[in-house]
Amino acid sequence: MREKIVPISTPAKGAVGKTGFWRTFKPIIDREKCIKCLLCWLYCPEGAILRTDDDITIDYDYCKGCGICANECPRKAIEIVLER
Amino acid sequence: MTITIKSLSREEYLLPGNASCPGCPASLGLRLLGKALGKNMILVVPASCTSIIQGPYPKTSIKLPLINVIFASSAATASGIAAALEILGKKGVHVVCWSGDGGTVDIGLQALSGAAERGDNILYICYDNEAYMNTGIQRSGSTPYGAWTTTTVLGKRRHKKNLPMMMVVHDVPYVATASIGYPLDFIEKIRKAARYKGFKYIHLLAPCPVGWRFPPSKTIEIGRLAVLTGMWPLYEVERGKFRLTGVSRSLLDKSKRSPIVEYIKIQGRFSHISEEEIRILEEYVDKLWEDIRKIIS
Repeated sequence: MREKIVPISTPAKGAVGKTGFWRTFKPIIDREKCIKCLLCWLYCPEGAILRTDDDITIDYDYCKGCGICANECPRKAIEIVLER
Repeated sequence: MTITIKSLSREEYLLPGNASCPGCPASLGLRLLGKALGKNMILVVPASCTSIIQGPYPKTSIKLPLINVIFASSAATASGIAAALEILGKKGVHVVCWSGDGGTVDIGLQALSGAAERGDNILYICYDNEAYMNTGIQRSGSTPYGAWTTTTVLGKRRHKKNLPMMMVVHDVPYVATASIGYPLDFIEKIRKAARYKGFKYIHLLAPCPVGWRFPPSKTIEIGRLAVLTGMWPLYEVERGKFRLTGVSRSLLDKSKRSPIVEYIKIQGRFSHISEEEIRILEEYVDKLWEDIRKIIS
């Protein structure tokens, strides 16, 4: 019997791969300045800022480096550096 | 009731590693939609950037039931799904059209108007990036006056089609405008719309870094400037009752609005614009607010 092909996709993280490879600029959080207001988490188009109980971390596997987080941070606690 | 950031769910319905461009307002909009309504929703997506954002078969980045349909049929498909849910007696499932401006103001308009007139139980969200971005930045009915696109190389000669107002005259229970610069306002409007039975419409302004020619880090900033300069008024119309929302409440007074050049100068699509064209855009904004004043009084 021929295999049946159904045009239904299943959800997966990294559907187009690890998009962190796209990055030209890299955001880095300054822990001293961060007040954990979560604005960067709210604004990240990618969902690449992870929110744990009382902290945020950047998921560099998927962050595309758009820089919205740094642009919107009220304390200027996110620095943008050239990716190497 | 105001929504706080901390009250929002950590659950993501748009997964990272999707195909959206850096700084994409559509992917942020989808994330916020998931935060607003949760998992009980069926998405209908016509040809648009979102068709690509999902990623290639057999994977998808959107963790929700979703059907991809042709350009002109999103509202009609959603109507069918809503009717099926009703017959099956399934309650509490939202049918949401997530459509670009091309699929709304141009190609999808007939199906949209039909669904609104029938009062089908769907929520239609147009994310408006003001051109056909996915196919290569061609002008749409939603492109503003003076803006460069690949088909209006000297700047568009017609004003933007005022679609939210067109939906208001359809006399549906809920119509609202939103901007990606104000995410909590957008979430609040989605939740409010979802409480109504019948046809609901939200028009989300979505500044596109690629098509509008600005750095991807400025997406939110430009979404905010559109509102502060009065180019994009935030309002909602609940059962025919018009109300300005958020910062737009104070902008009826022209002196409170920022000059529109602040919005225009950071966008490459307006880089060629002349003083005369800026004046025409200013007149357009004044007229927009004059019309709002007439509705309110």
